[in-house]
Amino acid sequence: MRVACPLCGDRDSREFTPVGGAELVARPAPEAGAEAWDDYLHNRVNACGPSQELWYHGAGCASWLVVERDTASHEVLGVTLAREVAR
Amino acid sequence: MRYNALKILKEGLIGNRGWRPAWRTPDPRPEYDVVIIGGGGHGLSTAYYLAKEHGLTNVAVLEKGRLGLGNVGRNTTIVRANYFLPGNSEFYSMSLKLWEGLSADLNYNVMHSQRGLINLFHSDGQRDAFARRGNAMINQGDDAVLLDREGVREMLPYLDFEQGRFPIFGGLYHPRGGSARHDAVAWGYARGADSRGVDLVQNCEVTGIDVEGGRVTGVQTTRGAIRAKKVAIVTAGRSGQVAALAGLRLPIESHVLQAFVTEGLKPVIDHVISFGMGHFYISQSDKGGLVFGGDLDFYPSYAQRGNLPMVEHVMEAGMTLMPMIGKAKVLRSWGGIMDMTPDGSPIIDKAPIDGLYLDCGWCYGGFKAVPGSGFALAHLIAQDRPHADAAGFRLDRFRTGVGLMDEEGTGAQHNLH
Repeated sequence: MRVACPLCGDRDSREFTPVGGAELVARPAPEAGAEAWDDYLHNRVNACGPSQELWYHGAGCASWLVVERDTASHEVLGVTLAREVAR
Repeated sequence: MRYNALKILKEGLIGNRGWRPAWRTPDPRPEYDVVIIGGGGHGLSTAYYLAKEHGLTNVAVLEKGRLGLGNVGRNTTIVRANYFLPGNSEFYSMSLKLWEGLSADLNYNVMHSQRGLINLFHSDGQRDAFARRGNAMINQGDDAVLLDREGVREMLPYLDFEQGRFPIFGGLYHPRGGSARHDAVAWGYARGADSRGVDLVQNCEVTGIDVEGGRVTGVQTTRGAIRAKKVAIVTAGRSGQVAALAGLRLPIESHVLQAFVTEGLKPVIDHVISFGMGHFYISQSDKGGLVFGGDLDFYPSYAQRGNLPMVEHVMEAGMTLMPMIGKAKVLRSWGGIMDMTPDGSPIIDKAPIDGLYLDCGWCYGGFKAVPGSGFALAHLIAQDRPHADAAGFRLDRFRTGVGLMDEEGTGAQHNLH
């Protein structure tokens, strides 16, 4: 797999750490309650097929990225800076 | 038809014309007491123990493809009971005892071979940790022997003991650990369940789970609707997708774990060796292939195949541990879909919908659990209370934080196991 970082260009996937589903970008409010936090921390959509994921470019520009990727084929469909998704 | 040596002799003399298929291929009936989704190792063993231990035979196992073509045929066949934490210890101990009587119980040779498993350690601190684990295993009633470097050298003279990065200080030896023939386990349970009246329905994909008033009433499948009083989801890496049919989200991420086998060689590795620091473990199959694997690729995947960085890492670890492996040629590699939970331990529990049961989250350790998981899930389905040895595998432990079973001590968080 190669991942096209918006800042660094096309890079080896070993430079990145996949962290989980991109729903992690939408963090609940601190007082949102135990159910909301349980859901955020533990439960996953775990989609088969095109999927939005949060990746960290630790061996590159250290940016947080939302990678759209097909979990059935490993094809990378698109990469966006997480801060743009979070807006 | 019972199998025995005399039967083989007789069939050999009459040209093997007397053998019959080991199980029927029935069409699904419109209603069952229990429907098990997933015809892999865990689903088939659940059906077997439902019939054998609880007398429930109005049971169907629904498999979207053919029996036993998922993870039960894609693992590296290691069987062990060397867990540390209460909750896991008693469960895997129970499962290993079932393994030890399995071939006789099923009248089917699963080729369970207790050749011994050795977990290597590489520092004084790791020795302390493994001594503690060994004591936990002995307290559980299982076996463990702490070997020093010379003890390991006697058993595994071909390892590189003086390697600079991870010099071998010793190993924790688990004599009752070993391996089994994974296909035979699926086939043996399938035959045993079928002969007790369970319908094994193949090429039957579940496309919907019917819920009325908070209670499960049946399933929709590619072979029509089937009503059921109880439904169990036993679909390993696909658990999240099947649970979504009932509107549930599970604490599971599906990841790919790769495995490798070399061309057949003469006997060279007599044990199962686990090199935890290199994320590498190896054994030799009865056909002669060296079967080995490593760690997850660490990105979510349903592809049943991995990528080259982990292939390279596993090969490097193998060369670090036993340079002689460089002479062997890799024949095949493949991947399986692992249902990873945040704490690395499984779930056998009722779902928040009445009559719906979950057996999932086996991470990369489901094979050795096949007998125990089926035994415990059958107990839960039949009696609606957990089996004592699997009572810790609760779904709500992540929400409450009570009873987390994090064997690695890294934290109950996705992506750490």
